[in-house]
Amino acid sequence: MGVQIAFWLFAILVAGTALYAAVAPKIVHAAFSLMATFFGVAGIYAILGSDFLAVTQVLVYVGGIMVLIVFGVLLTDRVPEEYKVVAPRRWLPALIAGGLCFAAIAGALKSTVWPISSSTPLGDATSTVEGIGRSLLTDYLIPFEFASILLLVVLVGAARLARGQVR
Amino acid sequence: MDGVMNWLTQDRVGSALVKVLLVGNVAPMLVAFLVWLERRVAAWAQDRMGPNRVGPFGLLQSFADLIKFLLKEDVLPGHVNKAMYLVAPCLAVIPPLVVLALVPFADRFAIADVDTGILAAFAFSGIGVYAIALGGWASNSKYALIGAVRASAQLISYEICLGLAALGVFIVAGTLRLEDVVKMQADGFTIHGETLHGISKFFDWNIVKQPIGAIIFLIAAFAETNRTPFDLPEAESELAAGYHTEFSSMKFALFFLGEYVAIVAMSSLFTTLYLGGWTLFGVENAFEGTTAQTLLQILIFLAKTMCVIFTFIWVRWTVPRFRYDQLMDLGWKRLMPATLAWLAATACVVAFLK
Amino acid sequence: MPQDTLNQDFATILVFLVFGALFVIANMVLVGRLIRSKTKYTEGKSTVYECGEPTFGSAFVRFDIRFYVLAVVFAIFDVEVVFLFPWAAVMKSLGPVAWLEAAAFVGVLGVGLAYIWRKGDIDWIPAHGHTRQAGKTLPGELTTVPTDGVPAATIPAIATPAVAEAR
Repeated sequence: MGVQIAFWLFAILVAGTALYAAVAPKIVHAAFSLMATFFGVAGIYAILGSDFLAVTQVLVYVGGIMVLIVFGVLLTDRVPEEYKVVAPRRWLPALIAGGLCFAAIAGALKSTVWPISSSTPLGDATSTVEGIGRSLLTDYLIPFEFASILLLVVLVGAARLARGQVR
Repeated sequence: MDGVMNWLTQDRVGSALVKVLLVGNVAPMLVAFLVWLERRVAAWAQDRMGPNRVGPFGLLQSFADLIKFLLKEDVLPGHVNKAMYLVAPCLAVIPPLVVLALVPFADRFAIADVDTGILAAFAFSGIGVYAIALGGWASNSKYALIGAVRASAQLISYEICLGLAALGVFIVAGTLRLEDVVKMQADGFTIHGETLHGISKFFDWNIVKQPIGAIIFLIAAFAETNRTPFDLPEAESELAAGYHTEFSSMKFALFFLGEYVAIVAMSSLFTTLYLGGWTLFGVENAFEGTTAQTLLQILIFLAKTMCVIFTFIWVRWTVPRFRYDQLMDLGWKRLMPATLAWLAATACVVAFLK
Repeated sequence: MPQDTLNQDFATILVFLVFGALFVIANMVLVGRLIRSKTKYTEGKSTVYECGEPTFGSAFVRFDIRFYVLAVVFAIFDVEVVFLFPWAAVMKSLGPVAWLEAAAFVGVLGVGLAYIWRKGDIDWIPAHGHTRQAGKTLPGELTTVPTDGVPAATIPAIATPAVAEAR
């Protein structure tokens, strides 16, 4: 019961703040709203019992990605008044397109048969972190190593792009 | 009384609330003491008296200051971004307070005992950067903005080193649970198959097993809490008061409080990771299974944390401030490779020698 | 770990968060407002702190792109640290193989660190060969942008042409 209430609270938080992030007139408010969204998602992970994922969500998204966004805000000039209007001028086509996307995703979610297994994928590990560590270093070694290559590519690419502006 | 203690350590719902209230109230009290300590030590270092009029040895000085802060006019300047200007002081206090919730103060006495406690602690202490970035940005003042950008770049640079340095401890301990890390330091390590006894248990402490890691962690902790030699965000000689130049009254007091709560949080993390937490060569088990045991452990923990806090203050009044490029070079080009090398060496020893 | 215990601990964190928020709000808004004396609002109180000199221009200015690169690098290494924590938890039990796997992971990212180091992205003063050019700014230097949106001249920098020629 308590879990149900907590889930709905977090779900409303996530949906509400995500919506506000999309329509907020000021970029800082949108950024902050997004931070609350990330927090809400972390809360849902915690409810689902994946503590490592919840903490990682806070550490990487709230602590890391949000820094990028806030720096983006700091790096941007204050948007002049005339550009600030985000009034939905073509709201009807947007609504139809958005509605169709939502319907498609909802339909897919509804029609998919989710294989729910009663056993945990982490085996008999005493904690989720230990289980994740064990799986990463044995069964999922290739994705683990590829993650580092992906991060390297992102690092080099981002540095290169930013430098293009400086030189 | 023992019943009370059993309830505190066993029953979960009610005890959690009591612990929340306990720690949530003790932390600001500790900060009041800490501010007084800082001023007294500063005075001692500079050969003057320091605050000594309010109460015995000036102990009540911080409370006098608090009342002054409360009575000051709460100015909301016209040029600021109002919402962010009000949110920033809250963000400065709450994350470091939450870090305290994850530290085990005694055996089975952490407010929230999660497997990923240390990661959560880092995650929440990382949120502190937004208080500074947004506080400075929302102030719409150049001093504040320069302070804010400097500070956020500094904080994110040293956060990586902080995490990597702490990793060494967990490699040695083989677990991420802070309680287990503390217990490993009390009775985990053996020489020639014999468990250490008495004062020689000191060699179980991670500061002995992880000296370089401890030093790097401490340096990164100084930088994370904006203490000298890393106090560039509020370098008063060039930036007025840095990111909180435009804040007054209770809003300034909250920034101030947040800074000191962060120091308490970092010190208690250091105590837990490197100084054996609530253990002290077996003394901590003197009153086995009674309330006194838990109280004694909390006292030991507080005493150790106080020593670390004293180091913070001592360093502040000894070492001059870095230049900004030196600070960045130290973080990325010295500490980062050093931490990675130390980590590799630690892991190598653990992997190949055990 | 049983899931209800886990939820409980995360719920406690949430309670602590709420407690902290209440504490802060009570201090900032209520207590002060109750005991504070009434004051008059004057024009001077709403000006920027500037020690007697009138300020010019808005403080919402553009900062150097280098700070953004730094944030990107931070986000990437943050993810690396998150990956390494589960590894640290199981390192002891898995032994030498785990060491090699993590060494490969960190090694790849070490290449990334070496790259940005070599290219001067984490240099705070331009390294050799990066002499200062007219119109370019050093990190941390303000580029004032007047209200009409045209970037004004940068604030005079430390490196003078004489220094550049001396190289």
